[in-house]
Amino acid sequence: MTYPANLKYTKTHEYVRVEGKKAYVGITNYAQDQLGDIVFVEVPEIGRVVKAGEVFSTVESVKAVSDCYAPVSGKIALVNKKVTDSPEVLNKDPHGEGWICAIEMSDPSEAGKLMDVAAYEKHAAEGGGHH
Amino acid sequence: MLKAIGVASIEDLFSDIPPALRFKGQLDVPEAMSEWEILKLMKELACKDDAARYTNFIGAGAYDHYVPSVVHYVLARSEFYTAYTPYQPEVSQAVLQSIFEYQTMICELTGMDAGNASMYDGPSAVAESVTIASGLTRRKKALVSRTVHPETRVVTRTYAAGHEIDALEVPMENGVTSLSGLEKMLSQDVACLVIQEPNFLGNIEPVDEISEKVRAAGATLIVQANPISLGLLRTPAEYGAEIVVGEGQVLGNPMGFGGPYLGVLAVKDKYLRRMPGRLVGMTNDNRGQRGFVLTLQTREQHIRREKATSNICSNEALNALAATVYLSWLGKQGVKDLAGQCLKKAHYLADGISHLKGYSLAWKTPFFNEFAVKCPLEPEKVVKSLVGKKILAGYPLGRAYPELKDCLLVAVTEKRTKKEMDELLEGLEGLA
Repeated sequence: MTYPANLKYTKTHEYVRVEGKKAYVGITNYAQDQLGDIVFVEVPEIGRVVKAGEVFSTVESVKAVSDCYAPVSGKIALVNKKVTDSPEVLNKDPHGEGWICAIEMSDPSEAGKLMDVAAYEKHAAEGGGHH
Repeated sequence: MLKAIGVASIEDLFSDIPPALRFKGQLDVPEAMSEWEILKLMKELACKDDAARYTNFIGAGAYDHYVPSVVHYVLARSEFYTAYTPYQPEVSQAVLQSIFEYQTMICELTGMDAGNASMYDGPSAVAESVTIASGLTRRKKALVSRTVHPETRVVTRTYAAGHEIDALEVPMENGVTSLSGLEKMLSQDVACLVIQEPNFLGNIEPVDEISEKVRAAGATLIVQANPISLGLLRTPAEYGAEIVVGEGQVLGNPMGFGGPYLGVLAVKDKYLRRMPGRLVGMTNDNRGQRGFVLTLQTREQHIRREKATSNICSNEALNALAATVYLSWLGKQGVKDLAGQCLKKAHYLADGISHLKGYSLAWKTPFFNEFAVKCPLEPEKVVKSLVGKKILAGYPLGRAYPELKDCLLVAVTEKRTKKEMDELLEGLEGLA
């Protein structure tokens, strides 16, 4: 299983792709693999303020429902319509087209504190903890 | 058997229960009887029930409709009668298909997009619909009309309290929900309004005006509908209802001394993921053949846990099957004809009563098959006297509505004959 080097990761298997002041957030390849076929994504409302560690979305597969935790704090600026129209994109391209929302960061330094790809690879290989 | 499981006596099986908590002595249960003795006893008990010999004009939530023998015949098939929850689709296609058809028929009757496999009964279905509406709108107040069945209102308040939802009662005016009363109570905190159609008093509600006001406030209109009445009345979807609930006893189920009954719950698409209970879906197996399965199980509490809308993990499968067989037997035209008979017979009787000296209809509002009669003597006395003539005259409304203690609620189904209705008229006349 591979993970892009340009992303930052959380212990709970979310990733962040920083583009300027925005952090594009989704779930990792590991998470989608564990969940199985994804059938529904509950997305947050635009404008909602989230704190790092807060549940901002839930992802439903055929067999489980999983909370997604905000990797960084800020305001929800964008929501990816693709994931509501075709939830399977999270399985097909979790790190690319399958981003869930973009958070306008209130504290960009939080992104820097997340795991880099090497640390995350190790974490996922060791069983990944709970998601 | 005891030897086979390695236990010396039956008492040993209870060794885990602390002695101080164990019941001491003999249970107050008669000695075992032979098959013949039991049959004799049961026959004696059965003869005490001559409810069938009484002519029933009582409605108030449970109605005396005819249940055709085909319903009993299909239900008694052991594949249905002893079937467990269809978690394993590979051995449960008959049950799953029947539930799918049940859900489909409910949607056709109500105009909703999705129906579930049923709830325990009408009142709990209504209570759960309030939770659904509150969850989606994120509002914590629910309005329930005073014209909704009194027991439904109580159950709804109980469930609402658990969810910290404020369930408030909308007053009634002229036998229907008060429009001015409703207007005063609607606000941005109100998640929904629950009305019953026809209402508990038998009256047709001003649904268009109600719907307009409720939707303008951004709240959900929840309608508790009598499924039989939907043979004639518009589907609640047509006047803006987004959740339809109901008591399905009227569909092929006996009055049964109060149960088991059948909770109907159907919703518009946007509420689908908040709908509690089981859902059967249609799909294809790995050979491309049509099959049925329990679907969207991630809504349910065994997966979604504390975030689920409800803790229900059951349904009334056999009652729902009875409803399905019943509706299939009636067919689309039959449902209309049946509703038509109920309507016409009720109006014949109401007309007759309104011409009796001392009696009058409580309101001039349109009604379906149930109506309230103002009596020249206490309704409780009317009921007691007519029991002597083997007539169950109706439900004294004073029991639930102190302001209507001079009124008797009378229901008429397709089973009531002209002779029976004329006998009631004679009986009432004799008491005035």
